[in-house]
Amino acid sequence: MIKLDAKIPEGPIAEKWTNYKATQKLVNPANKRKLEIIVVGTGLAGAAAAASFSELGFRVKIFGIHDSPRRAHSIAAQGGINATKNYPNDGDSDYRLFYDTVKGGDYRAREANVYRLAEVSNNIIDQCVAQGVPFAREYSGYLANRSFGGALVSRTFYARGQTGQQLLLGAYGALSKEIHSGKVTMFTREEMLDLVIVDGRARGIITRHLITGEIRRHAAHAVVLATGGYGNVFFLSTNAMNSNGSAVWRAYKRGALFANPCFVQIHPTCIPVHGDYQSKLTLMSESLRNDGRIWVPKKKEDAQKIQRGELKPTEIPEEDRDYYLERRYPAFGNLVPRDVASRAAKERCDAGYGVGNTGLAVYLDFADAIKRLGRDAIEARYGNLFQMYEKIVDDNPYETPMMIYPAIHYTMGGLWVDYELQTNIPGLFAAGEANFSDHGANRLGASALMQGLSDGYFVLPYTIQSYLADQITVPDFKTDLPEFDEAEKRVNDELKKLIGIKGSQTVDHFHKKLGHIMWDHVGMARRKEGLEEAIKMIKELREEFWKDVKIPGDLSGKNTELEKAWRCADFLELGELMARDALMRNESCGGHFREEYQTEEGEALRDDKNFTFVANWEFKGVDKEPELHKEPLKYEFIEVKTRNYKE
Amino acid sequence: MDLTLKIWRQKDSKSKGGFKTYHVKDISPDASFLEMLDILNEELIHKGEMPVNFDNDCREGICGACSLYVNGRPHGPDSAITICQVHMRKFKDGSTVTIEPWRSRAFPVISDLMVDRSAFDRIIQAGGYISVSTGGVPDANEIPINKMKADEAMDAAACIGCGACVATCKNASAMLFVSAKVSQLALLPQGQIEAKRRVQKMVKQMDYEGFGNCTNTGACEAECPKEIKLTNIARMNREFIGAKLGAQKMKL
Repeated sequence: MIKLDAKIPEGPIAEKWTNYKATQKLVNPANKRKLEIIVVGTGLAGAAAAASFSELGFRVKIFGIHDSPRRAHSIAAQGGINATKNYPNDGDSDYRLFYDTVKGGDYRAREANVYRLAEVSNNIIDQCVAQGVPFAREYSGYLANRSFGGALVSRTFYARGQTGQQLLLGAYGALSKEIHSGKVTMFTREEMLDLVIVDGRARGIITRHLITGEIRRHAAHAVVLATGGYGNVFFLSTNAMNSNGSAVWRAYKRGALFANPCFVQIHPTCIPVHGDYQSKLTLMSESLRNDGRIWVPKKKEDAQKIQRGELKPTEIPEEDRDYYLERRYPAFGNLVPRDVASRAAKERCDAGYGVGNTGLAVYLDFADAIKRLGRDAIEARYGNLFQMYEKIVDDNPYETPMMIYPAIHYTMGGLWVDYELQTNIPGLFAAGEANFSDHGANRLGASALMQGLSDGYFVLPYTIQSYLADQITVPDFKTDLPEFDEAEKRVNDELKKLIGIKGSQTVDHFHKKLGHIMWDHVGMARRKEGLEEAIKMIKELREEFWKDVKIPGDLSGKNTELEKAWRCADFLELGELMARDALMRNESCGGHFREEYQTEEGEALRDDKNFTFVANWEFKGVDKEPELHKEPLKYEFIEVKTRNYKE
Repeated sequence: MDLTLKIWRQKDSKSKGGFKTYHVKDISPDASFLEMLDILNEELIHKGEMPVNFDNDCREGICGACSLYVNGRPHGPDSAITICQVHMRKFKDGSTVTIEPWRSRAFPVISDLMVDRSAFDRIIQAGGYISVSTGGVPDANEIPINKMKADEAMDAAACIGCGACVATCKNASAMLFVSAKVSQLALLPQGQIEAKRRVQKMVKQMDYEGFGNCTNTGACEAECPKEIKLTNIARMNREFIGAKLGAQKMKL
């Protein structure tokens, strides 16, 4: 029987983290050298954690699937990182960021975790500046800020449209420094395929070297998963091609609880889908909504003419344009949170007002901003994004409005963790997008970078010591324990099974099919019947996959199709769990929109009485129903209200 | 579009490689170059052949994984862009496209179009950072930085570490890559304290890895997908000479 204890410290919200740190267990410097930590993933959370552990004196092994830690997908984050510095003097505070994040998450996040995030946000900016991250600055030499969705203040720090890149390179620098010192061992192109549990504690991992195909064993006193999100279950998403959910999924199958799997973020401003050969979707940063105005034609016949290529957007007069976000949400306008903006775009397109040749796009128009600020100012702010858009779409956004449509971007769900970021398996921690903890049912812009670095630099280096303090007498593990034999055999058996199928369809064939099921039924709008249908269809597709997938080559050496097949097999199980979770949650909240539960105006209708909880799923077998464990959410410091971005 | 592809195939680092010719048909001009390769790979798998291995990940031009030499140019026919962002409309219907991996002794081929760029990581590890540990740093606004300098540092920091500069250089020099990091940190006050030590350590490691020297042909700047400027190399040379002349004997 699993007992959930979130281990939230006592006291007023603003004192919890201070109290925790004051009384937590620590490991003395001499003992730190005796303890080893495995970190899986080299993105913001993983690299920051590994570097910080090593600086404290722990020995660290860090694993990445790329050729270099700098390639982790955090690199692609564009817009910015939030912090409560209040440099613009516009009324920001820890409480306000905490409030905005809980509200933005539609009251489905854990209060204490979110407050801590707000509290350490400023340390992150200080740290990054000290590392030489070139944040944008004013002529005075001081740091510049801009605003992001779901906030009334400008609290976002940025480095042009490449904030994720610069923050990751900062963390990569810190990691490189520790690798050079010899305390961190970096394993590149090595993928975790299973978790090893010894006497109920996470003690190691099984990996596959992606070039040689060799299966390896690694042991440690604790394991941190910082492997990102599972957005690629939809096949098309803004995630990188190799981003996958396998590490967290394997942890789930070994007993870790999976929290809120159906909470997926759909980003409103992505370049629309153009063909069935398409491999991924490209995000256009939310920061563009600072200056861009979103609209569709007011008249359906204009929209139809545009779809047929008979009319250009610049030919539509001002009075015939519907700036629907400004119309529906006067207070926040174009800067409403992502879930709200995405649904509003879908609503207009479904009603027949969409543009582009598919009718599945809306305009993001910079004409007013260019008139107000000049082309140079817009180029300085968004030059690289405009260039990217032009290269992909072959249209000049300085002259004609951009076309955008929502796409899968981020997963708020992930492994359940307590206040210490520890899963229900002792010694197994999850950080960054891989855990569920801070964003509730919808993440606000510029909060993912903040959470990844907060977990890595300022939370785990403290909380992991509470666990490790009890481990100082435990000697280094040998990898010849029967638990390692068993895990390695399980991995080998599964790999052999995959390669032995020798069917007739490629991995992508199945992955694309899964993506269509997920987008149609577990995407932006969900219904009971659709979700039930999706569960059935995913099961059938999974059976077909295990009978008919075709993987060329063998288990040795570089085999990209084998890597993809392993990840796809996991997605074919994870997708089903997402549908189950969405079906169980009979309410709409944040990114989870059940069509049966909406207000007359089409807004999400929560059911706080019955669904103010974290839904945690326990694995019971691939074709068995998972068991639900609820962690009730208590709101002691925020009044739970209906989200309102109108006034 | 119909295209003839001449692709470098090499099973692993120990095998001998060679060009193989393939044909792809009905490619949309709106498909990206890598999507065109995806289509080829799907066909190869159906035929029971091994697909072409190539490093790629974000497909947004920022991760730096791409390392394709296309028709004699790193990242293909367009400038200021990685190959993942190049779309097929840039190619002529019916033409032949030659695809090779990066060519440089310091970047050995691993498989087909994949190369080993770990030398870049080792150069960064040697000193491409500010040696600050987590915590104990001043408030971010206590270090005001001239906006022009900060922008210039950002220009240099935009490097994605793809290695196109090395691949295009006739000497296989890594000077543009190394100088971008040296410059970024030399331009910022935070980076001054260990600037001399940094440049010497990074250059030493660069030489050790077997990269060639810079002879100022400027090919690296012309082919850099992030438009990193040649002036960074001049700055690095200045920093390096300054460090050597500084009479400050240091143990590296």
